This record gives sequence, structure tokens and C-alpha cells, in this order.
Amino acid sequence: MSGGYWLTIIEGSWLTLRLALCSMALAVALGLAGAGARLSPLRPLAWLAEAYATVIRGIPDLVMILLVYFGGQDLVNRAAALVGHEDYIDVDPFAAGVATLGFIFGAYLSETFRGAFLSIPKGQVEAGFAYGMSRWQVFRRILWPETVRLSIPGIANNWLVLIKSTALVSVLGLPDMMFHAKQAGNATREPFTYLLLAAVLYLAITSVSLLALRVIEKRYSLGVREVQL
Amino acid sequence: MILDFSVIGENLPQFLRGVGVTLQLLFVSLAVGFVWAVPLALMRVSSSPWLNLPAWFYTYVIRGTPMLVQLFLLYYGLAQFEAVRASLLWPWLSDATFCACLAFAINTSGYTAEIIAGCLKTTPPGEIEAARAAGMSRLQMYRRILLPSALRRALPQYSNEVVMMLHATSMASLVTLADITGVARTISAQYFLPFEAYLTAGAFYLALTFLLLWLFKVAERRWLAHLRPQRR
Repeated sequence: MSGGYWLTIIEGSWLTLRLALCSMALAVALGLAGAGARLSPLRPLAWLAEAYATVIRGIPDLVMILLVYFGGQDLVNRAAALVGHEDYIDVDPFAAGVATLGFIFGAYLSETFRGAFLSIPKGQVEAGFAYGMSRWQVFRRILWPETVRLSIPGIANNWLVLIKSTALVSVLGLPDMMFHAKQAGNATREPFTYLLLAAVLYLAITSVSLLALRVIEKRYSLGVREVQL
Repeated sequence: MILDFSVIGENLPQFLRGVGVTLQLLFVSLAVGFVWAVPLALMRVSSSPWLNLPAWFYTYVIRGTPMLVQLFLLYYGLAQFEAVRASLLWPWLSDATFCACLAFAINTSGYTAEIIAGCLKTTPPGEIEAARAAGMSRLQMYRRILLPSALRRALPQYSNEVVMMLHATSMASLVTLADITGVARTISAQYFLPFEAYLTAGAFYLALTFLLLWLFKVAERRWLAHLRPQRR
């Protein structure tokens, strides 16, 4: 391992993290919207959200990334040409990456949130109404905290998968860890060394995430009885 | 019309060949990965740390790193070593199909081992007690009771893993293979129609996903019939 190549990979890890965090924020928002729509009494809305979850989960991440970035850019430019726009419009790869990953994981999270929402015991909601709480109060005081607690395992899983999926965005030429590892490997003819370094860094990120998520899970499960077998 | 699907129609045979490559990659890697996962799962449920820890470490590393890194390590990485290039295995290790299958098999074995180990651990105690009461040896108990019971209960989770693997095979296109995604990339570059090409690829994957899920539903109806609520 020579020169400053290993430094570029560590720099790339910052982009990997930013990419993962931004995508996760978008995914949580989309997931909540999707879960809300699927539980809504409006049939077309529920149907639309169900189609979103089903279709996205049936297509590989890589194909979605290529479709949104290359296909989306192409489509935007064709549409722009149609309305008489002359210049070529460039789509920012970071924005495209965040949008695609957020869109994909939003579909998975909508399942998680819906499942969590449905597994809240009815008695809790009825108890809330019996106390004279309004619908909004029941949502804010009972449904929301319970949904968060019950969906933490699902969020944790999706976060771990998401971090690994960010590696695919290097295909768009975004200088993340994977991209730099590949470049450094080509330049030095030592691809194994640099790819291994990237692998170790990914493992470090997932390991730290696992530990942090365990703490969060404990925090949100305070007051829940644990049964020892 | 802003979209142009006529080119896709002309290149449909290419896409169908891509489906063949994708399915071949999928089945080979799943079969090899499964055969490798069963002993790993048995190691994972062992109470001996000498068996348990190496298997734990293996699944932890495999599940903690992106498959893309694993694939590139095998295909691009190994060529770094003179000893590998001089070895008898080099004709295979320099072949993209072989490397892709190997990387996918290693990856799925890690996930599958954890699924099977989880099901082994949740075997109803009654089944084990009954096996002991019938005087079975450890080997007999694993062969006749524990493994068949656990593998059946693993079906629903394993179907998820199979769909994940179908999607993961799209990475083969990044090591020059002409699977569904690879064909879409070629067509996208040739005709400069990325949107239509990748949309078609997505449609093929969606259809394959539904097909696989349906097959698993049929399988579950057959092999998990004993767990369904009885209607009298």
C-alpha cells in the first residue's frame, strides 16, 4: 500500500455515510407516507401505495439506479427537447443516488411501518379514547411511540442493507469508498489490497451501526416486559 | 411519442438469452451456496466454540460487507497475486462466469446458514424429546428430525433470500457478463435508449420475482401443510 491512495478511500467513506444517511431520511419519509396510504380508507390511494411497494421490491437495486440516473436523465432531456429547450441537462449523481436509494428503501420501510402499526393492540387505542383523548392525541401519545418501538428492528435491518447498497452507486461515477478502492487498485495494480481495505471499512460501519442500533432498541423498549425462556 | 420501444422488440431474443444467463447464475450459485450453508448452520448451532466461532465470523463478515466488494475481490483482486496466476485454478479464476457464481454462492451461503441455524434453534422441544425417547442417536436425530423440520420451516425466509439473490445476480453485468442487466446496458449504449432498455430489464426481473414467489407458495403449501391451521 503506497502513496496516499488509502487516504482517498477513507475520504470516500464520508461520502458513503452521507449518501446512506440522506437516503435513509428520504426512505423514512416515503415509508411513512406509503404506510399511511396503504392503511387509508381511500381505495385508489391504498392500491397505488401497494403497487409502489410491490413493484419496487421486485426490481434489483442496480437496475433501479441505472434506470433513474441514465434513463431519467435521458427522459428529462427528451422532454426538454420537445418543449424547445436546447441545452443538455445534467442530473447530479449524488441527488440521483439519494433519490433512487430513498425510493427503493421507502418501499421496504412502508412494509415495516404498516406491520408495526397493525400490531399495536387495539385495547391501547380504545383505552385512549375511553380517557377522552382526541384522534390526534391518540395518534401522538399512543400510536406514534408504539409504531416507532415496533418498527425499530425493521429500520435497523434496512439500514444495514442500505449501507451495503450504497456501493452500487459507485457505478454512476460517484466517488464513494467503492469507487476510490477500484481506482486505487487500477492505478497501483494492487486491487486486492484496496478492495480489502474498503471491505474492512464497510464491516466497521455495519459493526458500529449494529452496536448503536442495539442501544436505541433498548432505549425504546424501556418499560416493555421481557420474558426469559 | 417520446418513448421508442421498437428497438427493444427487435432485440427481444437478446433479452431472452439474458434471462437464460441470469437463471443459470441464480441456480448454480443457490445450489452451491445451499450445500455449503447446511454444514455452516450445523456449526452455528454447535455448543463448541471451536465450531461455532469460525462459522459466526464467516457469516458476520459475509453479511457485513457489500456483495459488490466480494465480487470485485474475487474477479479483479485475486489477479494481483503471482501465485494465483501461476496456479492450476487460474483458468477458472480468470473466468467471469466462474467468479460471479463463486462470489454469489459464498454470499448466499452466509445468509442461508443464518436462516437455517435460526430455524434449527427454534425447533419445538417436543420434536427433540420424541426423537430421544425413540432412542435415536445424535446423527439419526439430525438426519431424520432436526434438519427436515428446520429446512421446511426455513422455506418462507429462504424465498426472500432467493429473490434477493435474483436481484443480486444483476451485479454480474459489472464483470462483463451478458445477463438481463448486461443486455440492457449493451442496448442502452448501442442505441442510446437507456430508459427503454432498463425499464425492459426491470420488467423481466419483476416477472421472474413473481414467478419465484409463486413457486415458493406452491412449495410451502406442500411442505408446510402440517403447520397450517386444521379445518374440521
